[in-house]
Amino acid sequence: MINLLFYVFAAVAIGGALGVVLGRNPVSSLMFMVVTLAAGAGVYVLLEAHFLAAVQVIVYAGAIMVLFLFVIMLLNLGHDYQADLRGGLWAVLAFVVSGAIAGLLAPSFRGTEAGPDVAGISAAAGIDQALADYGAVGVIARPLFTDYVVPFEITGILLLVAIVGAIALAKRTVR
Amino acid sequence: MGIFASPLLQEAVGEAAVQGAGAPFEPFLPGLVVLLPLLGALVNGVAALVAARRSAEVVRGGGEWTLPDHRRPLTHRIPTWVGPGVVGVAFAIVLVNFFRMLPVELHEPVVVEYWTWMSTGTFEVAAALQLDQLSMLMMLVVTGVSFLIHVFSVGYMAADVGYPRYFAYLNLFVFFMLVLVTGASFPVLFVGWEGVGLCSYLLIGFWFSDPEKADAGKKAFIVNRIGDFGFLVAMFLLFNAFGTLNFTDVLGAAPEVLTYGGGLVTAVTLFMLLGATGKSAQIPLYTWLPDAMAGPTPVSALIHAATMVTAGVYLVARTSVLFALSPIGSLAVAGIGVLTALFAATIALTQYDIKKVLAYSTVSQLGYMFLGVGVGAYAAGVFHLMTHAFFKALLFLGSGAVIHAMHEALHHTHKDWDPQDMRNMGGLKRFLPVTWITMWIATLAISGIWPFAGFFSKDEIIWSAGVAARGPYAAFYSIFWVLSLAAAILTAFYMTRLMVMTFHGGNRTGEEEARHLHEVPLTMTVPLAALAVLSAFGGWINVPERVHESFLGLFGGLPMSEWLHHWLEPVTAAADEIRIEHLGPVAEAAPFGGGEVLWAVASTVAALVVVLIAVAVVRRRAIVPAVEAPEPSAGIHRLLYRKWYVDELYDAVIVRPVLGLSRFCWRVIDAGIIDGLVNAAGNLARAVGWFGSLFQTGALNTYAFVLTLGVLVILGSLVF
Amino acid sequence: MIVNEALTLSAILFVLGTFGVIVRRNAIIMFLCVEIQLNAVNLAFVAFSRTMGIDGQIFVFFVMTVAAAEAAVGLAIIISVFRHYETVNVNHFNLLKW
Repeated sequence: MINLLFYVFAAVAIGGALGVVLGRNPVSSLMFMVVTLAAGAGVYVLLEAHFLAAVQVIVYAGAIMVLFLFVIMLLNLGHDYQADLRGGLWAVLAFVVSGAIAGLLAPSFRGTEAGPDVAGISAAAGIDQALADYGAVGVIARPLFTDYVVPFEITGILLLVAIVGAIALAKRTVR
Repeated sequence: MGIFASPLLQEAVGEAAVQGAGAPFEPFLPGLVVLLPLLGALVNGVAALVAARRSAEVVRGGGEWTLPDHRRPLTHRIPTWVGPGVVGVAFAIVLVNFFRMLPVELHEPVVVEYWTWMSTGTFEVAAALQLDQLSMLMMLVVTGVSFLIHVFSVGYMAADVGYPRYFAYLNLFVFFMLVLVTGASFPVLFVGWEGVGLCSYLLIGFWFSDPEKADAGKKAFIVNRIGDFGFLVAMFLLFNAFGTLNFTDVLGAAPEVLTYGGGLVTAVTLFMLLGATGKSAQIPLYTWLPDAMAGPTPVSALIHAATMVTAGVYLVARTSVLFALSPIGSLAVAGIGVLTALFAATIALTQYDIKKVLAYSTVSQLGYMFLGVGVGAYAAGVFHLMTHAFFKALLFLGSGAVIHAMHEALHHTHKDWDPQDMRNMGGLKRFLPVTWITMWIATLAISGIWPFAGFFSKDEIIWSAGVAARGPYAAFYSIFWVLSLAAAILTAFYMTRLMVMTFHGGNRTGEEEARHLHEVPLTMTVPLAALAVLSAFGGWINVPERVHESFLGLFGGLPMSEWLHHWLEPVTAAADEIRIEHLGPVAEAAPFGGGEVLWAVASTVAALVVVLIAVAVVRRRAIVPAVEAPEPSAGIHRLLYRKWYVDELYDAVIVRPVLGLSRFCWRVIDAGIIDGLVNAAGNLARAVGWFGSLFQTGALNTYAFVLTLGVLVILGSLVF
Repeated sequence: MIVNEALTLSAILFVLGTFGVIVRRNAIIMFLCVEIQLNAVNLAFVAFSRTMGIDGQIFVFFVMTVAAAEAAVGLAIIISVFRHYETVNVNHFNLLKW
């Protein structure tokens, strides 16, 4: 059952990605992206990462893509139907390089070994147990605020800097 | 000895004079003798720089700087006193030293060391002066004749704007010449050697704005340099054999270290001969001296008659031991000397420029000196050096007076004739009587007519050549003897020709100009008179023993015969010993077994006859002023007039190939290969940069592509 | 477990994103393709967290945060560039061309 669902989500994701890459106008590319993100969220659920799935939908598809859309609308690019795919040699080269990367990555897909057992329990079982104990949010929150609190705080500062930078870059200079 | 009793002089001359021989010789401020002309040069040099500044200001303003008629500027009044003054004081000090040396029997040179000049490893050279009879004689000649020429220059160069610069160079020259003759080692002598070459260049090219004159200066320096190479090689060989270059050490140890007639000593003497031919203008390096007449006439008198050109003779005399040890070297010296003497005399026969005649005459007489020292008569060669300094300086200064007068006369009427061409002169005895008389004295002296100075010295040399004709290489020396006689005849002839063309007959300068011809001022006539006295009586210091008793020697009226020869004996003693040892009794024998007096009389009579013949021949010829005269075209006359085409030969064989080689080195090697390599390096850097720049397309996609490529490579390296 | 399949999906998405970055000329679409790549990487992390532990998911959390910040700033840059060039075609941003 899970496998079937996975294949469906995977197909949607790949289809969406193709749509992004090959889409003619920016808005359609963006819509396909949203679809891809949603499919990705679905895969996360299948992998028992419930909180992340939610975050993906809310933040990624909900905020970031909306931001993209705002920018596209702001710059009035929605009517742009020019084909901006580089054709010919470039496409071939890009295809070759990308294929090569895929080929190189391929051997690592079979037989990923399991990580070390922590306290006699496998990683997957550990997560399942934590999910049951603390709930979906708690299983992320607990390590985040204990082991990873420093990166957490730094990320906060990063966000602040990003806000300031975005405002400074995008605001119109006063003449 | 009464004069020495005066307390002042007594202190100056020293105790030796009162005590007599046996007391040591104490030099009196020898360093000051050498230093004074240098100081004079510095002072005059400063004056010259100040004058140059002022002249530059004027020229920049678009004008031309000329000297005012009445009150001359300070920069031009100082050298009048400083120039001759320092040399005069130096001469006085030399005289003091001379009188101190006279009563002392000096067997070893006195070396005065001042400081260590070079000290590297085993090679040590000190800045030292060597005082012995030979250097004393040279110092007397150099400072004495220089002083007279400096005084003459005051009058001669009075109107020239470069007056202070002239005296600066002249004083500098005297300094270097004194270093040359008093140096106690080869390197110190070489410093003077090079220095006089430099000053010669500076003075020949004194009026350097005329490219011909500047070229003459360059020619002198370059030809000299070729000789210097020979000198240097000789020094290297000597250092290699002896480990030191001090005269006392090298010349003292020479008989033991070097083998008689051996390869090393022959090589050393031949290389030194090369150096001497460069400096003393012998074949093959004489071509610079006639061109050097482009310089002011007093310069020709001082440098190219009395002092610098005698440096080669001095060198041979100083190293007489080495030449005595090498019969081949001595033969070469004598041979080159006599050939040059004859060769130059033939050219002098046909020249029309008064200074050129004298220049070739100098080359010829230097040949005589070389012949003298070549046959082993070192004292005779040096004696002729001395007498030649007197009468040749007199001849040059006299010609300077003539040129000065001619120049003024032609200047008045703005006629642009050559004031130095004898065809434009004639009958000048009416206008320049003092010059006329003094120059005739010099002419008689150079022709070797008794009782003037040249008679005794030239006769001695020819006599010695005859003596040598009885020893080894007899065939060569016999030929040399004959050639020397021929050269003597030619000498008398061309000198008389010069006198007749210049002073006798009718005046060809022009009626208008003749009214402006007059005798030169006192500053010029007094030195002429002084030199005339020396030319007349200077020969009596070395009357040969053989004629001493006869009427030619005033029946023994003089206190001593061959005084100079005896005085110089300690210097040439080592060489004489070697010659006696190897040549046996021949070294002292008389060539014809007697008849010295007869020989002396015959030579004087022959010279007189030649003079009279010359007078007759030249007077009969109709001489036309230079502008109308045709160039000699007939065979022999043309060959001699064109100086045997030697300059043209050198030009074709040496100068052109060297220029061609230089051009090749410049165009092909320097500009082509080396510059090409450097440019190629630059171009390579540019090409690499250009290639690198191709990657900067500014397009984001390209950058992303390359980035991805890099990721691919890393992945690949991780996987494989 | 679908870990291996998830990894394959991640690889495919990544490759698609790379292809898009190289091929597209519209700056915003290029950015979008970069987001696809980021997403693929997130997927890989989550897949691995099934076998390696919860740390993978924490990392994804951070990646998402940074991606958000980066998107904001990047879009701000694109906006200010657009003000200059009146276009978002990256072919026209060639001042860096030698």
